[in-house]
Amino acid sequence: MKTFNYTITDQVGIHARPAGTLAKKAKEFESTITLEKAGKSVNVTKIMAVMGMGIKCGDTVTITVEGADEEVAAATIEEFFKANL
Amino acid sequence: MKRYIGKGVYGAIAIGKVYIFKRNDVGVKCIHIEDIEKEKARIEAAKAASISQLQEIYEKALKEVGEAEAQIFEIHTMLLEDEDYNESITTIIEEQKVNAEYAVSLTESNFAQMFAAMDDAYMQARAADIKDISSRIIRNLQGENVQVHCSDEKMIICADDLAPSETVSLDKDKVLAFITAHGSSNSHTAILARNMNIPAIIGVGEAFLNEIQEQQEVIVDGFTGEIIVNPDEPTRTTFIKKQQEDEQKKQLLQELKGKENTTLDGTKINIYANIGSVEDVESVLLNDAGGIGLFRSEFLYLENEDYPTEAQQFEAYKRVIEGMAGKKVIIRTLDIGADKQVDYFELKKEENPALGYRAIRICLTRPEIFKTQLRALYRASVYGNLGIMFPMITSVVELERILEICNQVKVELESEGISYAKNIEIGIMIETPAAAIISDRLAPMVDFFSVGTNDLTQYTLACDRQNPDIESFCDPHHEAILRLIEMSAKNAHQHGAWIGICGELAADTSLTETFLRMGIDELSVSPAFVLTVRHAVRKLDLRKKK
Repeated sequence: MKTFNYTITDQVGIHARPAGTLAKKAKEFESTITLEKAGKSVNVTKIMAVMGMGIKCGDTVTITVEGADEEVAAATIEEFFKANL
Repeated sequence: MKRYIGKGVYGAIAIGKVYIFKRNDVGVKCIHIEDIEKEKARIEAAKAASISQLQEIYEKALKEVGEAEAQIFEIHTMLLEDEDYNESITTIIEEQKVNAEYAVSLTESNFAQMFAAMDDAYMQARAADIKDISSRIIRNLQGENVQVHCSDEKMIICADDLAPSETVSLDKDKVLAFITAHGSSNSHTAILARNMNIPAIIGVGEAFLNEIQEQQEVIVDGFTGEIIVNPDEPTRTTFIKKQQEDEQKKQLLQELKGKENTTLDGTKINIYANIGSVEDVESVLLNDAGGIGLFRSEFLYLENEDYPTEAQQFEAYKRVIEGMAGKKVIIRTLDIGADKQVDYFELKKEENPALGYRAIRICLTRPEIFKTQLRALYRASVYGNLGIMFPMITSVVELERILEICNQVKVELESEGISYAKNIEIGIMIETPAAAIISDRLAPMVDFFSVGTNDLTQYTLACDRQNPDIESFCDPHHEAILRLIEMSAKNAHQHGAWIGICGELAADTSLTETFLRMGIDELSVSPAFVLTVRHAVRKLDLRKKK
C-alpha cells in the first residue's frame, strides 16, 4: 500500500474536468486508488462521488494506492495531482 | 419596440428573426413493470446510443470549439458510465419494479440535487450536466431524436436553457445568436458560446420567453446584454452600424493579431494598453497589447467606502500582474484630487482643482496612504513584470522624496522577510510643462517617462479641458506640446531611460509617424485602439522624407 498527501492548488478545486481525467488515469491501473478527505473516502474511478466531495483549493487530501502495480500507479497519480490540481 | 436585459457572454451584435426552441418534454411517467431484465436491456441500449451520440458531439465540438472545451462531452460519457449512477438506476428498477425512464429520472434528481446543494457556484452548475446526460438517456429510451432543428434562414435561437450538447449540436451556420431565460455564465453553454463566437445572452428571465413570438425581429447586443424586440428604424440603423464596426474590428484583429509593431523600414515600437480596473485585463489580451502602459489605481479608492487596505490592493495588483503573465504592467500610484472626489479623503473644495491638492501632492503630505500602496505594489511585484509610475511630478525634490519613501518600504519589507522583485522599473509621468523642461534632470533618476498628453495640453496651453467653450483653443497638436514631448524623449534617451506616451494623443494615428521620428519607445492606448495603432505603424516607412 502506498499513501501520499496533496494540497490542492487549483483555484476551483477538483472540478469536472480533472475528476474525469483522474478517473480515466486511475482505470489504467489494476490497483484500487482511493481519495480521502475529512474521514470520507471514495474510489477515484467514481467521478460523481469525487466531484460530490466538493474538494476546494487549499484542501489537503490523502491518496491511497493498493494493488499489484501500486508503485507505478502511485507515482503516476502523484504526478497527475502536481500537474493538474 | 421592447427591451430586455440579460448577461452577455460573447460580445457581438446580431439582428434577425426569432426561433423558439422547445424541447419535446413528454414527461416521464412511472409505470409498474414485471420484466426487470427487459428494462435493464432497454437501459443498456439507450446508454449505448447515448454514448455514440456523445462521441459524435465530441468530434463536432473538437472541430468547432477546440479540445479544452470538447472535453466536457468526454466527461459526459464518463458520468454516463459512472458506477454509482448506473447502480442507482438498476437498483431502482429492481427494487421498485418501475420502468427505465422513471429510474433514470429519479436517479437524475438525486444526483442533481447533490450538486445543487453544494456551496460552490461551479459545482452547482454541474447539476446541469447530470440533467443533460439523463435526459439524453430518457429521450433515447423514448426513441426520440435529440437534434435542434432550425429552418434554412439564419435565426436567433431562444430557449429556457440550452444543454451543452444542444449548444454544440446547433448548426453553427444557421445560428445568429442565442438567448436563454436561465443559465449562469459558469455554465459550459456560456463557455461554448464564447468559443464558437456566437453572440449569446443568458439569464433574461421567464417574462421574455412568455412574451416573445416566433419570427419576431430581435437585436441582440452581446456586449451589453441588451435585447430589443421589434426595433424601430433609427435603433436598427444604429445597431447595424455598431455591428459593422465590430466586424471590421474583429477582422483587423484576425489580420493583425500576433504581428509585430514594426514599420516598413524596421523601426519597432511597443504598443501597450491603458486600463482602469482588474476586469480590463481580458480585453487587453484579446486586443493583443504587448503590456499595460497605464493601470490607473484610482478605482480601488473610488469604489471603496474607506481607504483600501494593503491586502485589498495587493490582491488587485497581483491579479493584473499574474493575468498579464510576464508582460510589462505599469501601475500608476494614486491620482485623485478635487476633480475626482473621494469622500473619506475629506479634501477641501478648491477654486482650481486641476492646480490643487492632488495626486503625488496628497501622497507626499500623507505618506501613510502612499506607503500602504507602495507596500502592496512591491509585494505584488513577484508575480510578474511590474513598473511603478508616479503622477504630477514638477520637481527634482519631489522625486527624491518619492525614491526615499520607496527605499523605506523596501527596507521594511526586507526586515519582515517579505520578498519583492528586484527588477521593478520606476518611472514618472511627464504631464506638467515643468517636468518636461527639467527632464534632463529627472531622467537620470528613473527608468522611464510616460507622457500624459491630456494634462500636459491643459497645463501648457492654460486651457481647462472640462470647459467646452474653449475647446477650439485646446489643441493637443500645438507645436508647444510636441516640442515638450520631443525634448523629454531626447533627454530620456541621453540618460538611458525609455519614454512612452499614455494620454489620448497616443492613439491619434495622424501623429504616429511624428512620435516614431522622435524615437518614442512605447504608445499606451485604450485596448480597443491597440490594433488600429499597430495598423498605422505597419504602414509607415521612415526612410521616406516627411
